[in-house]
Amino acid sequence: MDRTAHLPRAAGVNRAGRPSRTAGVNRAGRPSRAAGVNRAGRQHHAGPLTYLVLILVALVSLFPLYWTLVAASTDAHRVVSSPPPLVPGGNLFKNLGYVWRNAGGRGMGVALLNSTLVAGSVTLGTTGFSLLAGFAFAKLRFAGRGVLMGLVVATLAVPAQLSVVPLFILMRRLGLGNHLGALVLPTLVTAFGVFFMRQYLVQALPTELLEAARTDGANSLRVVWHVVLPIARPALAVLGMLTFVQSWNDFLWPIIAMNGATNPTVQVALAGLGTGWSTDWSVIMAGALIGTLPLLLVFLIFGKHIVGGITQGAVKG
Amino acid sequence: MASSTGPSRRQTWRTRLYRWDSKGSPYAFVAPFFLVFAAFGLFPLLYTGWLSLHQVSLYNVRSSRWIGLRNYTDLFTGPPSRFFWNALRNTITLGALSTVPQLLIALGLAHLLNYRLRGRAFLRTALLAPYATSVAAATLVFALIFSPEGGMANWLLGLAGFGPVDWEAGRWTSQFAIALIVTWRWTGYNALIYLAAMQAVPGELYEAAAIDGANRWRQFWHVTVPALRPTILFTVVVSTIGATQLFGEPFLFGGQSGHQGGAANQYETLGVLMYDQGFRNSMLGRASAIAWTMFALLLLLGLVNTLIARQLRRAR
Repeated sequence: MDRTAHLPRAAGVNRAGRPSRTAGVNRAGRPSRAAGVNRAGRQHHAGPLTYLVLILVALVSLFPLYWTLVAASTDAHRVVSSPPPLVPGGNLFKNLGYVWRNAGGRGMGVALLNSTLVAGSVTLGTTGFSLLAGFAFAKLRFAGRGVLMGLVVATLAVPAQLSVVPLFILMRRLGLGNHLGALVLPTLVTAFGVFFMRQYLVQALPTELLEAARTDGANSLRVVWHVVLPIARPALAVLGMLTFVQSWNDFLWPIIAMNGATNPTVQVALAGLGTGWSTDWSVIMAGALIGTLPLLLVFLIFGKHIVGGITQGAVKG
Repeated sequence: MASSTGPSRRQTWRTRLYRWDSKGSPYAFVAPFFLVFAAFGLFPLLYTGWLSLHQVSLYNVRSSRWIGLRNYTDLFTGPPSRFFWNALRNTITLGALSTVPQLLIALGLAHLLNYRLRGRAFLRTALLAPYATSVAAATLVFALIFSPEGGMANWLLGLAGFGPVDWEAGRWTSQFAIALIVTWRWTGYNALIYLAAMQAVPGELYEAAAIDGANRWRQFWHVTVPALRPTILFTVVVSTIGATQLFGEPFLFGGQSGHQGGAANQYETLGVLMYDQGFRNSMLGRASAIAWTMFALLLLLGLVNTLIARQLRRAR
């Protein structure tokens, strides 16, 4: 973050290219409201009813997560009894320990490690390749640029689901059946990532800076490393987090590629808990808790940036 | 810079390298995307089409037999057609049940979040928390909530004086429950997208509307919603694509009894059907035909979306 400190505040990730939004936030509380003119909807103070509705919705959003914890701390009988438990019981660590050792064949610990490896590699690949391609599309002139960028946007519309059957065959032939590499390779690049980085760099990367570096005799890779990367860092962080969340939560392809794997990711292990012989819901919920907690923690720490990334990427998409 | 002293051999070499670098590097930078996409995106898409014309076994993928359009005719009129039309119908109803309320609620929520609020950061984070949970974890929690024995949903119904419902067994009850999972996970996400777009609406528009005597409701309807049209269209497209591909929720909702989307396939979607035909019944060719049918459906939806968007633009 230090290296980007020289950038104007408006170049921050949440605000890049969206001056009106910054203005809107800042404008709140300016005297125009006091003058009695009913300006923007955002300038009204929220009434009690608004708070009531929003708090209710927040509770509905959070309750299933809380209830996962409650259910995970009960036992097979208590979890499906009526009235249902509403406060945590005493079996949390027993249940966690059980899934930790048994889920997915080799335990939840291995599954967590696998998911981290996969999501980490995908994140690294996606951010790196998106940075390179986004930079080229944003600031470099080359023949066919427009056509190629059009192709990137077009590939946004191709859903992954249509390719799973051949991918399955392809991975078998590559010797990657039930291998974690099969999960990494197909998602190593995303059109969204390229698009996202391009949009950011068009705004945030001063062309003069590039020209200066080129005049000093820096080659392209040095320019990327010493000029583009430091400036792109905030956007890379957002893209990285979005990619990590998506890769971690990916379901369809892992469940096909890791069909019957003894070395599953978290989602495959969770699906095994849900569809397996075990109907002890307290144990299943313990698994769900382990599968959800790491991301939820990341989310609580970086939540603001993720919010910024979603809004920025989406509105421009 | 070098021209005044006259180019030495070393300088021309460097100049050439420099020119080569600036000409070639853009292509080198975009190459990884296109190479990976060609290998794991485009090629599989076309290969799916090719496979859909073959009979391919999951266990012996090398020996495929050409059968022309048999997979498609089977799907539409043959023995598996019962499952196909059922899955198509479920995909449409489940898609509507999850997309429409989700986007409407998100629009309303964004409007409320756009007021000046205390605890804004907390509210936004709380609303987005479901986005961080996985399909698997969310579906398992809701499967427990809607469990026929001791589930939270039936307990609440009991408190309200209604009898218990076997949520998983009924067509509409199970689809309602599954749609609720989708809605729970994505409403906050969409609300934030709308919120960002709302904050970009120029305040002058509201000012003008207020001077014309429009109340808050009319301002929302005549200023906010029209200004949000492109964003709304974007979310409609994204959630429609998502709904067409619905898989994890119906796949896991019934637990071990619901592999085929319920005992009577009452919530089997095209995605589940594809998985079921390909990876449980070992008919990869037929699964490919389902995939391409979904592709056609998506193209059709895209066309409809484009037409609606054009109509909206004209109406403006």
